Amino acid sequence: MKFLSMVLLIAAVGASAAPACAASLPPTGAASCSGCHGASAAAVPRITGRDAGEILTLIAAFRDGSRPATVMGRIAKGYSDDELRPIAAWLAGQK
Amino acid sequence: MSRRYRTTRRAFVGGAAASLALARPSFAQASANVVVIGGGFGGASCARALKWLAPKLQVTLLEPNKTFTACPFSNDVIGGFRAIEAQRFGYDKIAAAGITVAAQAATGVDVQGRTVTLADGSSLRYDRLVLSPGIDLRFDALPGYDEAAVEVMPHAWKAGEQTLLLRRQLEAMDDGGLVVMSVPANPYRCPPGPYERACLIAYYLKAKKPRSKLIVLDAKDAFSKQRLFQNAWTELYPGMIEWVSLSQGGKVTSVDPSTKTFVTEFGKHTAQVANVIPPQKAGRIAALAGAADASGWCAIDPVTFESKTAPNVHVIGDACIAGGMPKSAFSANAQAKACAAAVATLLAGGAPAAPKLINTCYSLAAPDYGFSVAGVYQPKNGLLADVEGAGGTSPVDAPREFRAREAVYAQSWFDTITAEVFG
Repeated sequence: MKFLSMVLLIAAVGASAAPACAASLPPTGAASCSGCHGASAAAVPRITGRDAGEILTLIAAFRDGSRPATVMGRIAKGYSDDELRPIAAWLAGQK
Repeated sequence: MSRRYRTTRRAFVGGAAASLALARPSFAQASANVVVIGGGFGGASCARALKWLAPKLQVTLLEPNKTFTACPFSNDVIGGFRAIEAQRFGYDKIAAAGITVAAQAATGVDVQGRTVTLADGSSLRYDRLVLSPGIDLRFDALPGYDEAAVEVMPHAWKAGEQTLLLRRQLEAMDDGGLVVMSVPANPYRCPPGPYERACLIAYYLKAKKPRSKLIVLDAKDAFSKQRLFQNAWTELYPGMIEWVSLSQGGKVTSVDPSTKTFVTEFGKHTAQVANVIPPQKAGRIAALAGAADASGWCAIDPVTFESKTAPNVHVIGDACIAGGMPKSAFSANAQAKACAAAVATLLAGGAPAAPKLINTCYSLAAPDYGFSVAGVYQPKNGLLADVEGAGGTSPVDAPREFRAREAVYAQSWFDTITAEVFG
């Protein structure tokens, strides 16, 4: 019963929030990426709009050190696979 | 105040009245007013993120300066290899995004009435207030250092005229002169900033005034990226920089602007060029809003960035104490986006999700010699705590190519983040 109430509460919140938000909220942890990965022709590449599977493969390689990095190796270690999947999917869906 | 702004503000008052009449969360969000105070990396980012996430929100950004001058990379200006113009950004694109940009200072906050008072005596009502006022200097904390002293012994810790003043003093100094810097105890804006500055002053001196010396008087025994900096000092500027730690007598107890003298517990140092980085606190409006505690900084909820003492007031950037997150532009930008998501969710009647945040902070020891510290953070025990196993500094034993690449990435970071915030 308690579980059902929670589900209904979350559904109600979701329904009320949806019409006013043009963009969906980024998944937890995704918003910081744009601090370095922008749209300009900078040395750090753009990641929005790239294939989600490709993003996941790259981050996994940074995390285990098989792909050399300056900073991304240190950051990738802070994210689990479960956290990364929605982030990669969200990044892939951005312009 | 522009005519456009007056019109918009009247519309805000109407919107606020309408929101009181409507109980449904979605309508509350549609007509809600969010006021953001401070147009730096935190405030400007938050205003843009709010408008992007919830376009129907009425977002007002209060910032008295028409132009923002960035602190990151301002040490390059002091070092003589970057123009101050590269640090300056306007607010036109932020206004074009549908945000009301008001070039006014906030002079007071009525937390109960949810009203901000402006310098012209008018007021703005808000449903949620975001404070991103940055730092103020503590003129009560270092005897001899007052508002007049900054013209003689510049702090250059708010970028702009102070940056240029320190640069001019270095240019005017004789070869063989002594530069002295003082560094405060934690916390303060940009933990590695003083040591980057020491490097880049030494870079200038080595090229133009090689008989000169730099003494760093520090109120600490350890500092951010310490081994990386100390290795760079040895490698790039041998014999030029002397770091005096707390236990060696580095804590400055008073200054005398008439002679450019620093007094420590162990003695005195009289400089030709004196750079005082004084103790700091959250920008003044934070205390006026009741969001700053006895330390001078703002305690916050790590999920929403809501003040622990001022309801409906959120504090981001240098002004807040964010657990393990340092006071950096990257932190302010990351916190701004998480805070915007929390505010939009709260105004829609929802429960904000716990954020996961990143900080990356680059320092230059020379134009082609950079290194970094990174961290990943999440709420834990009421604070933003380091995610274990992640983060850390650049390797201590990396080759020069690695340092050169990080210098390129540092510039890339600056270009990207300023484009996101102001472009």
